[in-house]
Amino acid sequence: MSEAASLPRARSRRPHPLAWRIGMGLVAWVALYAALGPASRWLAHSVLRASADTHLGSALEFFIFDSPKVLLLLTLIVFAVGVIRSFFTPERTRAILAGKKESVGNVLAAGLGVVTPFCSCSAVPLFLGFLTAGVPLGVTFSFLIAAPMVNEIALALLFGLFGWKVAALYVGTGLAIAVVAGWVIGRLHLEGHVEPWVSATVSGRPGYDAGSLDWDMRLRMGLEAVQGIVGKIWPYVLVGIAVGAVIHGWVPENFMARIMGKGAWWSVPLAVLIGVPMYSNAAGIIPVVQALLGKGAALGTVLAFMMAVIGLSLPEVIILRRVLRPRLIAAFLGVVSGGIVVVGYLFNWLV
Amino acid sequence: MRSIEVLGPGCGNCRVLYERTRQAVRELGLECEVEKITDLNVIVGYRVMSTPALVVDGQVKLAGRVPSVEQLKQLLS
Repeated sequence: MSEAASLPRARSRRPHPLAWRIGMGLVAWVALYAALGPASRWLAHSVLRASADTHLGSALEFFIFDSPKVLLLLTLIVFAVGVIRSFFTPERTRAILAGKKESVGNVLAAGLGVVTPFCSCSAVPLFLGFLTAGVPLGVTFSFLIAAPMVNEIALALLFGLFGWKVAALYVGTGLAIAVVAGWVIGRLHLEGHVEPWVSATVSGRPGYDAGSLDWDMRLRMGLEAVQGIVGKIWPYVLVGIAVGAVIHGWVPENFMARIMGKGAWWSVPLAVLIGVPMYSNAAGIIPVVQALLGKGAALGTVLAFMMAVIGLSLPEVIILRRVLRPRLIAAFLGVVSGGIVVVGYLFNWLV
Repeated sequence: MRSIEVLGPGCGNCRVLYERTRQAVRELGLECEVEKITDLNVIVGYRVMSTPALVVDGQVKLAGRVPSVEQLKQLLS
């Protein structure tokens, strides 16, 4: 509170310096993005003399075109999501979800999971906070599944590398899995498989109230998100695009068709099995996977792999194990991976 | 000010908040220890739903964010 209260004073001295700077930043962003195509072409063809006919040339071209585009998109999307998330807090989301019936609750929870700030390391306090406020178990799971699955990093990378259609597909199917899986978990009636200390933790202390924020603060939170996320993951993104570039340049066409192609029916479950234990490399993995798509891998298989990597992770399961008994953990993993496999087959069959 | 606690199960953000809080305390010249709380029972006891969180004299001042050292100094002074 005191932090928010001290801001208007600073603002009246200098009228909207932050908003002004961000406006200028946005103009610069648009100019940079527009100049990207010609600049990359000039760098790749005139300066480096890269030709798409050679292995090195096509790899260089891939890297030079994709890395600045992806980093620019990442910065903008992370900033926008950071600002949007300043309107939502876990406390407010909980208040919306408390007392909601299942089905409506599942849909709301999945949607709110995307816009509420969430870090998988606070999965336990959040889980307990939801349950003690009377949010049904299945609705809580819809939130916990959507929050990591549909994230801004994946969205930015998919948008930059695959285009808006695949990005939209990813968001849509991610939400659908969260809604359905949460609903199924609710139907399984596993409330008894929550560790017993959960019901004993409610104390008399007052909870946290963030108070209301002004726009200056919201913009600042967007910048913090850019600093915290883009500042941390950009090396992974570049390494991922570099590996993707090597695949693009040297791996022969249709190399992946036998392993990850439509004909290999076992590739979807296998992709999910490999993807689940992988974590936080989403930034580095998406460019690699995109390159594989060009070598004959099927879209559904690729989508399933990415969802498994991003949506389910071993560290999160270990954290959740502190509040969930093994049977509930197994139900959670089983239902979500099942959903991802279905999505994978669906797209292999559709596209 | 008697006690400052940083709540978090030990992820990257929690460590950053702990370091920044210590720096803010040092720069303000406060005579105060900054304690790191990783016990989930205590964290949940504060009814915090997102970590890292900053607790000053038993009151939750901040949750789910890592502000800059400057902002922390404003918050603590």
